[in-house]
Amino acid sequence: MSIITNINKLFDHRIRLGIMSVLMVNEYADFNMLKELLGATDGNLASHTKALEKAEYIKVEKQFIGRKPNTRYSTTKQGRAAFKKHIEALEKLINKQ
Amino acid sequence: MESKDYLKDISEIKDLMNKSSRFISLSGLSGILAGTYALIGAAIAYYIVDNSVRGYLILDGNIFRLCLFILFMVAFLSVVTGIVLTTSKAKKQGAKIWDSTSKRLLINFLIPLIAGGLYILIILDQHKYGQTAALMLIFYGLALVNASKYSIGDIRYLGFIQLILGLLCALNPGWGFWYWVIGFGLMHIIYGTWMHFKYDRK
Repeated sequence: MSIITNINKLFDHRIRLGIMSVLMVNEYADFNMLKELLGATDGNLASHTKALEKAEYIKVEKQFIGRKPNTRYSTTKQGRAAFKKHIEALEKLINKQ
Repeated sequence: MESKDYLKDISEIKDLMNKSSRFISLSGLSGILAGTYALIGAAIAYYIVDNSVRGYLILDGNIFRLCLFILFMVAFLSVVTGIVLTTSKAKKQGAKIWDSTSKRLLINFLIPLIAGGLYILIILDQHKYGQTAALMLIFYGLALVNASKYSIGDIRYLGFIQLILGLLCALNPGWGFWYWVIGFGLMHIIYGTWMHFKYDRK
C-alpha cells in the first residue's frame, strides 16, 4: 500500500497531468498552446493551472506580446520533483499488475 | 482500490511530451524525391563535365557555373518538395505546420547548415575546393544530428551516416563526387523509403 501514497492526487486528472507533461519537456508553454494540445476550454484550463500554481508546481508569467496579453507557464523545481515521483509510482503500479 | 487505468495515463503523458516538443510530420516521400533529384543532378553534371574539352572541373568558366546552378536547383527543388509534402502530411495528421515545434526544428537544423554553407562559399572563393563535398556532407550531418532532438529520433542516424561519409570523403579527396552521390542521393532514397514504410504507411 505504500506505493499508493506516492500517487499524487493533484496529478490524478487528465488536464493537470497533461499540463505537467507538456511543461516537463518545454522550457515554457503559453495558455493557447496548452489549450490546443489538451483540447480544453478556457475556463477549464484556467482552473487547473490555478490549482497547480497554488501547489507551487508551476510558475506563471504575464507579459505583453505587442498589445496582446500573453500568459506563459513553466515548471518549478518542486513541480518537476513531484511529477517524477508520480511517474515512478505509476510505473511501479503498472509493473505490479 | 482505484481501478484507474494507469497505463493510459502513461501513454497520454508520452504522447503529449512528443507532440509538444517534436515535429514529427516530416514526409519520408520527400526524402526519396530529394535523393532522386540529387542523383539526376549529379548525372547531368557528370555528363557535362565528362564531355567538356578538359574532362575535369576547374573553378573558373561556364561549366563550373553550370554545375553550381545544378546544385542550387537540386537544393531548391528538394526544399520545395519537402515543404509541400510535409504540409500535406501535417494536414492529414491534424498537426499545425508552423508552430513552436516546427520553428524550433528549423532553427536548429539551419544553424550548422548556414554556418557550413557560408564557410564552403568562403573557401571556394579562396580557391580551396578539394574538400567541398566532404564539408557539405559533414555540415549536413551535423545539422541533422542537431535537428533530431526536435523531430523523429531516427534522423540522428542519417546524420551520423552523413558525418562518416564526409570524413571518409575528406580522406579520399579525388572521390568527392561519388561520396556526394552516395550521401545526398542514395542515402536519402534509402532513408526516405525506410521512413515512408515505418511512419507514413500507418
